[in-house]
Amino acid sequence: MEPVVTAIRQVPLEHYVALSFILFSIGLTGALFRRNTIIILMCLELMFNSVNLLLTAFSAHHSDPGGQVFVFFTMLVAAAEVTVGLAILVMMKRNVDSVDINQLNRLKG
Amino acid sequence: MNTTILAALVPGLPLLGAIVIAALRRSLKGNSAGLLGTLAIGSAFALSVMLFLGHDPAAGPYTAHLFNWIDIGGMHIPFAFQVDALSLTMMLIVTGVGTLIHLYSIGYMHDDARVSTFFALLNLFTFAMLLLVMGANYAITFIGWEGVGLCSYLLIGFWYTNPAYNYAARKAFVMNRIGDLGFVLGLAWLFNVTGSLTFTEVFDRVAGLGPDVLTGITLLLFVGAIGKSAQLPLFTWLPDAMAGPTPVSALIHAATMVTAGIYLIVRSSVLFELAPFTQDVVLYTGLVTALVAATIGVFQNDIKKVLAYSTVSQLGYMFVALGLGAYSAGMFHVTTHAFFKALLFLGAGSVIHALGGEQDIRRMGGLKGAIKVTHLTFLLGTLAIAGIPPFSGFFSKDAILANAFDRSPVLYALLLGGALITTFYMFRLYFLTFWGAYRGDKHPHESPAVMTVPLLVLAVLSVVGGLLNLPHVFGGHEPMKHFLAHAADGIGAERLHLEASTEWMLMGLSTALVVLVIALAHGRFAKKATLDPEADELPFLPRLLARKWYLDELYERLFEKPYGWLSTMFHRVGEGWVMVPLMNGAGRLTQRAGQVLRLAQTGNMSFYLFAMVAGIVVFLLMTLYGR
Repeated sequence: MEPVVTAIRQVPLEHYVALSFILFSIGLTGALFRRNTIIILMCLELMFNSVNLLLTAFSAHHSDPGGQVFVFFTMLVAAAEVTVGLAILVMMKRNVDSVDINQLNRLKG
Repeated sequence: MNTTILAALVPGLPLLGAIVIAALRRSLKGNSAGLLGTLAIGSAFALSVMLFLGHDPAAGPYTAHLFNWIDIGGMHIPFAFQVDALSLTMMLIVTGVGTLIHLYSIGYMHDDARVSTFFALLNLFTFAMLLLVMGANYAITFIGWEGVGLCSYLLIGFWYTNPAYNYAARKAFVMNRIGDLGFVLGLAWLFNVTGSLTFTEVFDRVAGLGPDVLTGITLLLFVGAIGKSAQLPLFTWLPDAMAGPTPVSALIHAATMVTAGIYLIVRSSVLFELAPFTQDVVLYTGLVTALVAATIGVFQNDIKKVLAYSTVSQLGYMFVALGLGAYSAGMFHVTTHAFFKALLFLGAGSVIHALGGEQDIRRMGGLKGAIKVTHLTFLLGTLAIAGIPPFSGFFSKDAILANAFDRSPVLYALLLGGALITTFYMFRLYFLTFWGAYRGDKHPHESPAVMTVPLLVLAVLSVVGGLLNLPHVFGGHEPMKHFLAHAADGIGAERLHLEASTEWMLMGLSTALVVLVIALAHGRFAKKATLDPEADELPFLPRLLARKWYLDELYERLFEKPYGWLSTMFHRVGEGWVMVPLMNGAGRLTQRAGQVLRLAQTGNMSFYLFAMVAGIVVFLLMTLYGR
């Protein structure tokens, strides 16, 4: 464990923050503006992992293992979320024969 | 056996009986419900006797603590029973007379379709009444108080297919509710100033209270007693309560429930002794009620109504005794009255049974040959209530009259007058029913043994009941008074300041006058062959009395009609002009708002996501730069 932490610490914290910000923004933009549901799910994963990266970086720099433990939780939840998301995707493909998010407008008021 | 378990079983058995009979009411056939019910009450009576024999009056009250019922903050109300001289007296009356009346009901109700329901309710009533008299604090007493009111309502309206009976039941319930309100307010006030509702604790703490507070509390408690014990101005429900089956009238509306008010005041004697003003109110309420009800009784033609007014009048005598501070005399009259009035009601029930439901004494007469046992026992009951020595009523009424004479001869004269009126209407009832020629068209037949045996037992009790409290002038030692004296300070402590010769003179005077009145009634009614006219055809004064002083009409004008108007007005103004537009407006507003707001649901998933992110950003900015 120790060598990994040392390795992480060799890069300054600001760089991690910047990278995370960029990754998160890409994910968010993709989630907002893409119409393909698979892409949207991937963008969600991207946002998750940008946050995970940030947690790991801070954890290493502050010598607090709590952040890294938390990452495992996040990954677990993300995995669960993806199974549900993909299931919805399969059902969507079967029902409306499309993965275009804008097809899901049945609840229009 | 453990006294606590014994005390818990006394009300427990009737409750068990009620539950079992109610649960099995469809499968119980014939007399089994009645036998079960009678068995439950009979066992309760046996246990009461055991408690009585095992009770040492000198040791003071025994508290049977079952569990903590309410225990919040400064409020501790245990579920506990108090076994002392007073509650034992009431327990013996309730279960003893109750057993006889249950037994009688087996015969009286045998062909009723809902006989099981009847016995379940009768058992439930006994349970509630036992709670009332055994509770070790006002809260338990209040449960019983409401319970007997409920059972009274259900039993008055037992034959619910008759709308008039339902009206009578509602009337009884509403009038009792007025009294109960006073009772509850009194209890709240009492708890507020003493911090407890347990009898022993309350009575220890009231000595330091101001006279105004005590007067207020006792007046409120007295309002409760007025409602339950049918005194002016709330007595009009009791005569109407005769709509119920006759055993109900005997048990609830003569022997036990209506004496709950007397019990409450005797139980609270410590409070009432400290509030002389309330005592005067009690005295005069009792006096006026005794006289008013007696005068009404003279002109009633329904055999049960006469007895009902007689009950109201006798309760008035008891209240007079309480107002005079003669608590043991009042309790003595409660006891003897339970015997002879239960006897009279059951006798009246036997007459009604014999005539197949006829209740109008104008269509009776000459029944003494046809129903001998009923006649004999009814005569004994009538002699007892009239106060002929040595029947029980003589001693108990004489005790009250002597206490009244001790206060003032005018009071004595009024009460004696009331007693003479009582004698007159009771013998009018007796002669019109049993003497002369039969004026009806039925074929009277004697009741079965299950009905006549309770009559005989009660007749014996009515005759010898006076021995319970034989006064000194007859060589007795007033055992009941000395027994009750252990229940609370004040009870039984009352001393009569009359010479023996004065007492002899008073007794001689009242007995002579009573005999005179009986002779008068005999002359007027014994050979009567013509029917009395209907109330409307009478001259003014008798019509006034036959119409019960127009009290029902007065209440109708004063309360029922204005209440009706008020309800109609609230219905029209409050409901029509305020509530309906308000409610409909609220509904319509919601509909409109919904129609506008539903447009926000575009169905466009990307827009939702965008709105969500935008929202988060706004919140973020607000937390960073806001405030």
